[in-house]
Amino acid sequence: MYLEIVTPEKTLFSGEVVHIKVPGSDGSFGIMKNHAAVISVLQKGILEFTDENEKVQTFEINGGVVEVLDNNIVVLAK
Amino acid sequence: MANLKEIRTRIVSVKSTRQITNAMKMVSAAKLRKAQNAILQLRPYAKKMHEILSHVSDVSEGDIDNMYSEKRKEEKVLILLVSSNRGLCGAFNANVSKKVIEVIKSKYQNLFDNNNVDLYTIGKKAGDVLKGKSFEMNGSFDEIYDDLTYEKVAVIAEDLMKMFADKKYDKIDIIYNRFKNASVQIITHETILPVTADETEQNGTGDYIFEPDLNYILENLMPESIKVNLFAAILDSNAAEQGARMTAMHKATDNASELIKDLTLSYNKARQASITSEILEITAGAEALNN
Repeated sequence: MYLEIVTPEKTLFSGEVVHIKVPGSDGSFGIMKNHAAVISVLQKGILEFTDENEKVQTFEINGGVVEVLDNNIVVLAK
Repeated sequence: MANLKEIRTRIVSVKSTRQITNAMKMVSAAKLRKAQNAILQLRPYAKKMHEILSHVSDVSEGDIDNMYSEKRKEEKVLILLVSSNRGLCGAFNANVSKKVIEVIKSKYQNLFDNNNVDLYTIGKKAGDVLKGKSFEMNGSFDEIYDDLTYEKVAVIAEDLMKMFADKKYDKIDIIYNRFKNASVQIITHETILPVTADETEQNGTGDYIFEPDLNYILENLMPESIKVNLFAAILDSNAAEQGARMTAMHKATDNASELIKDLTLSYNKARQASITSEILEITAGAEALNN
């Protein structure tokens, strides 16, 4: 599952991940492999994901959008 | 022929001018690199934003009902002029003001005659030129260049969106220099509001789950995309400005070198002439003594 986190000023992260948790506007939700296609607005909060090496990383975001499509996840963060 | 001392002072002054223009060229080159990086960093974001927006509008089958895409009769138009706060960058700022006059003449002449075209500046210089031609500037965001960040541009974009939503303006255009490479700027005229949905090819990925729902997403994405567009235009213009200045300063440095070469030549000629005449005087004096 490929994750990209981009902001207007730079690309924060891009790489393979196994699990990701995002602060959706109706509450936080997790995404794992083969998740259905989703577009969701994000609110201010903590974005957390587990990369290939089982390492957990977190980013604080100020809102944004997430798109999930065919195991490609794009987070547009502010 | 000018005397030796005069030429010498000129050479010294041209040399120091050359040093200054050369330094400015170096500074612009460094700033250009930074500005170019900023654009490159923004591109992935802008691209993804457009992709998502086009996916969303694919699903809603193009009929986006949004206050920022509403086309109204053009009764009051705002034109944003993106130029620079500093000069010495060739035709960069003049091009912006020229384009404004051209756009007004070709598209908004009627509105303009009735005082319904307002001009806002981002960067002082284009405004200064137009003020000289008795155009009126209605507002400015000149201080943006002190600290060019996304947050600052977002604030401006929000102001603009508010003016559009309040029906103060029915259309907002932007005129800026697009960066092609260090020596080429393309003067560009675009509409930022209302947002026009660009024709995207259907790629058959319609089955999205929307969280919380389609309209909410559009309401959030539209302003974001407007902000990104404005930020991209300003970054582009910023890079173009540095490129234009670099080229202008490079030419100035070359010209100064050329001038120094000419001056040195006439200096040497004058020096030689004075030596020759001195020898002539001495020999003439010696001849006179011998006789």
